[in-house]
Amino acid sequence: MTTVDQIAPPKRRRFVSLTLWVGLALVTLHIITGLLTLVWTPYDPAGMTGGRLEAPSLLHWAGTDRLGRDFLTQIMIGSRIALIVGTGAVAIGAVIGVTLGLLAAFASKLLDDALAATLDILIAFPTLLIAMLVVAAADTANLGSAIFALGIALSAIVARLTRILTKRVLLMDYITAARTSGTSWLGVVFRHILPNIWPTLSVSFALQFGLAVIAEASLSYLGLGAPPPNASWGRLLQEAQGTVYTAPIGAIAPGLALVSLVIGINLLADGLRDTIDPTRRAR
Amino acid sequence: MSLLKLDNVSFGYSSTKTVLDGVSLDIQPGDSIGLVGESGSGKSTLLRLLLGLTRPNSGSISFKGAALDPRNAAFMRAYRRQVQVVFQDPYSSLDPRQTVLSIVAEPLRSLKIAGDHRQMVIDALVSVGLEPDILTRYPHEFSGGQRQRIAIARAIVAGPELLLADEAVSALDLSTRIRIVELLKQLSAKMTLVFVSHDIGVVAALCEKIVILEQGRIVEAGATRPILTNPQHPYTQRLLSSVPRMPA
Ligand SMILES: Nc1ncnc2c1ncn2[C@@H]1O[C@H](COP(=O)(O)OP(=O)(O)O)[C@@H](O)[C@H]1O
Ligand SMILES: [Mg+2]
Repeated sequence: MTTVDQIAPPKRRRFVSLTLWVGLALVTLHIITGLLTLVWTPYDPAGMTGGRLEAPSLLHWAGTDRLGRDFLTQIMIGSRIALIVGTGAVAIGAVIGVTLGLLAAFASKLLDDALAATLDILIAFPTLLIAMLVVAAADTANLGSAIFALGIALSAIVARLTRILTKRVLLMDYITAARTSGTSWLGVVFRHILPNIWPTLSVSFALQFGLAVIAEASLSYLGLGAPPPNASWGRLLQEAQGTVYTAPIGAIAPGLALVSLVIGINLLADGLRDTIDPTRRAR
Repeated sequence: MSLLKLDNVSFGYSSTKTVLDGVSLDIQPGDSIGLVGESGSGKSTLLRLLLGLTRPNSGSISFKGAALDPRNAAFMRAYRRQVQVVFQDPYSSLDPRQTVLSIVAEPLRSLKIAGDHRQMVIDALVSVGLEPDILTRYPHEFSGGQRQRIAIARAIVAGPELLLADEAVSALDLSTRIRIVELLKQLSAKMTLVFVSHDIGVVAALCEKIVILEQGRIVEAGATRPILTNPQHPYTQRLLSSVPRMPA
């Protein structure tokens, strides 16, 4: 037991902020692109504005697809789809997962054990597999069902993390002090538990955002994602499969877009993890 | 009338092991009582019962004649206002994500106590020897002793009649410990104090009465001085012999 206040100076600061800034830049680029497509795209996404499978040119920076549509336009719309899917899936996963995790942490030992075991089993299945099952059960493939499916799949991961973090916080004396101060359990959750588990949770949300984007691309690649008017990168990849040797840009461009967003979000999560208030976490 | 009365209270975390065994205790208004026993003797458990966090398996606890019933929300609200606690570890007892204002004001907020909370917090901080300008600062900015003062401010902000302290100075270094004991001594002039410690020396310096707990049983109780000078029970004698020098 020590009585000295030790505030470790945050180390690796320069490196940390580099990670954070690169991540932030990549993610911001996708956000701006996604928002831009709401009001402007280089070409009409459905318009056959060029020849079929044109190579990149000044007119079509990423060439055209097999129907002669501008490929850059579709990649840009793909950013929007990916962001919607990531945000939606993480939001659903967070609401369900955090609620379940809190309930498990507060539940009687028996119920907690049952929930923990269920979560462990669910997590043992790949996110994609669970999502595929949910989509198959919903039997209409659209953007909404893909988001919902991914959200459900992610919620198990969120629930397990929330449960562990909450149990750790519940051992702290400030929780007992809150109760002897007359704070209700709901007040304890909102005033003490959530603020204290939030930093770790938010890093995890960022990582799961990347997971969801990849999983959605995979669903679309398998034809289980959003149907044609939505230019998901996964579907673009799938469409480019047949022409990958004659027009490699069709596979390279959506691949790069996907990788840059996922790497960006991971770098951001990494940077956040190392910078999230190093000072307030004395001890 | 007694402030708090325990009558033949027994408790165990599991059915196989008894932690408290037939504890009877009568706390009068104005008392300052030291509850002494080795680690594991059940002191913290006894405080949990007094705080209404756990219910005894048998026996009864009453506060000013009314039964302590953790399930009675209205009673507990009034009770929490009267009975507050300070814990051992000043690092774990303050929420690292809350400001001093928010931490100290928690009983006022949760118990819906009327008045200018900010001013009440400032008054409490001043009375534990802290500057009133720390309201917007966070726990990590303070030393162990200062943190313990903040925890004490939270415990007294609602004006309780009974202050419970569970090893409240055990985690502090010697000079800080002396100052916090001094502060508790000042406070004990204004309120009833139950001070739990494994360290009979500190209790001797602070409390007028002593209760000795051995493995969940009270083996000796009474005024501090006679017990220190003439301990009856072998367990008390052993506790005393482990203290190198008795304070005057
Ligand atoms: N939450 C708990 N669950 C089970 N046993 C406990 C728990 N807390 C304390 N005990 C046991 O109860 C006994 C008394 O512990 P405690 O009241 O903490 O003693 P003290 O505060 O005097 O050191 C010990 O044997 C301890 O192991
Ligand atoms: Mg203890």
